[in-house]
Amino acid sequence: MRAINIKPDMTMRIALACLPFLLLLLAYIVGSEARLADNPNDKLLPSFKSMGEALSQYALTADARTGLYLMWSDTAASLGRLLPALVISTAIALVLGVTVGMLPVAGATLGPVIAVLSMVPPLALLPILFIVMGLGEASKITLIVIGTALKLTRDLALRVQEIPREQMIKAQSLGASSWQIAKRIVIPQMLPRMIDAVRLEIGPAWLFLIAAEAITADSGLGYRIFLVRRYLSMDVIIPYVFWITLLAFLMDLALKVLQRKAFPWFAAARSI
Amino acid sequence: MTSIVFSKVWKEYGDTVVLERIDLEIASRSFVALVGPSGCGKTTFLRMLLGDEVPTRGEILLDGQSLKPEPDSDRGVVFQKYSVFPHLTVLRNVMLGPEFEQSPLFGKLSSGAHYSARTDALALLDEVGLTGQENKYPAQLSGGMQQRLALAQALMRKPKILLLDEPFGALDPGIRADIHGLMRRIWNTCDLTVVMVTHDLSEAFRLATRVIAFERIRDRPEEQERFGATLSGDLQPIQGSTITRDIEIFPRRIAGALNDAVSAPAA
Repeated sequence: MRAINIKPDMTMRIALACLPFLLLLLAYIVGSEARLADNPNDKLLPSFKSMGEALSQYALTADARTGLYLMWSDTAASLGRLLPALVISTAIALVLGVTVGMLPVAGATLGPVIAVLSMVPPLALLPILFIVMGLGEASKITLIVIGTALKLTRDLALRVQEIPREQMIKAQSLGASSWQIAKRIVIPQMLPRMIDAVRLEIGPAWLFLIAAEAITADSGLGYRIFLVRRYLSMDVIIPYVFWITLLAFLMDLALKVLQRKAFPWFAAARSI
Repeated sequence: MTSIVFSKVWKEYGDTVVLERIDLEIASRSFVALVGPSGCGKTTFLRMLLGDEVPTRGEILLDGQSLKPEPDSDRGVVFQKYSVFPHLTVLRNVMLGPEFEQSPLFGKLSSGAHYSARTDALALLDEVGLTGQENKYPAQLSGGMQQRLALAQALMRKPKILLLDEPFGALDPGIRADIHGLMRRIWNTCDLTVVMVTHDLSEAFRLATRVIAFERIRDRPEEQERFGATLSGDLQPIQGSTITRDIEIFPRRIAGALNDAVSAPAA
């Protein structure tokens, strides 16, 4: 049988999906054991036991100085920056993207400037944001918004223009105004596509968040891993990275489920 | 009462002339079929009538008034594809017309208006044979049902002119015959002037009161670049006017398909 025709069934699929994870885990354990056998004080590849201890100290024990459970307060601080920033980005992109995509005059006016601005590397703007907005939460949220909103806007404007011309004519022939077309035809069809676009921007959003926290912050997941880096605390860094990955994955999954539940028509309409 | 007049209409894209010197009067309540080979400009003609394209030269008059340069609710339309909105259920698709009409700001109706629009929509859906499908999304319907839905949606707004752009071209022959019956009934009962583009001659002769053929009369390649298609003649098979000359230019695709509507010109 040709390779392109071999299709795994459900059990096989799950087993195959787990395989790379298990291999990575195994590689880590082998490497860690080898290094620790060589030097019990090695910090580079800590054992699961020492990571577990570090984790329990950060997640289950109150910090002696502040009385906080550091991992949870870090998580709250980071999500408190990330989620509002993504909401703001989405709102900006929805308004701008639909306007630019629907109205030729808006497209002619704003299209080029958005295209140019979206090429500015957001991290290069970080010093400017710190100077102008100070070192507080606002500059970090702004960085994430700048880093994600413009790409979301461009993506959405393109999606709006992908709506078949026939639909736009049909709506007009039913007597719809531009506003009514936006409200009843374009935006409802853009929302599920928006979710796709936001899912792809979750990664960049975390990147900007951790970069901003690494430079200046007093809490946050990114702040913590850059803080303990000074002590080579891989036993903290690795669980934190794992936790960040898990959070990002869960956000992605949540958006995927939301798309399926809230827009039941979308899967079938997309496949046409 | 809606008559359409094309007065010396040309359509050019850059150097390419698509339509050339179209002079045409379409009487109210006629059912006009536009036929012709691919690329002859029949869809361009329809798009100009819709207001989606503007003539390069000449004028289109609707009841003596110059045609508005954008689509409006006087002119309903059904395309071959993408005529219905995938994010709305069947019932919602049909109710869209009254919602646009009565609620300019929010697109939602008061409960009384909602009830009457819903009643009208359900009656119309029954008319086109979609009872029981109200809560499905268009993607769950077959191609024939989607076109029935598109017809109902367009008729809900009570247009004066119904424009059809190869509406049944993608349907199976059996389903097409059903929907032809529906189309004929709609045209008989509603106060409508219908203009239909089709590449199916048998469909044109079966449904229309008047068949208009477009063709490029100049055949040399360098001339085709510069001269567009024109109106080759009005074919009025039911009245039995002279049409044989044109039939030769358009070989029928389906043998014997003309027999029920017209017998005379088939020879």
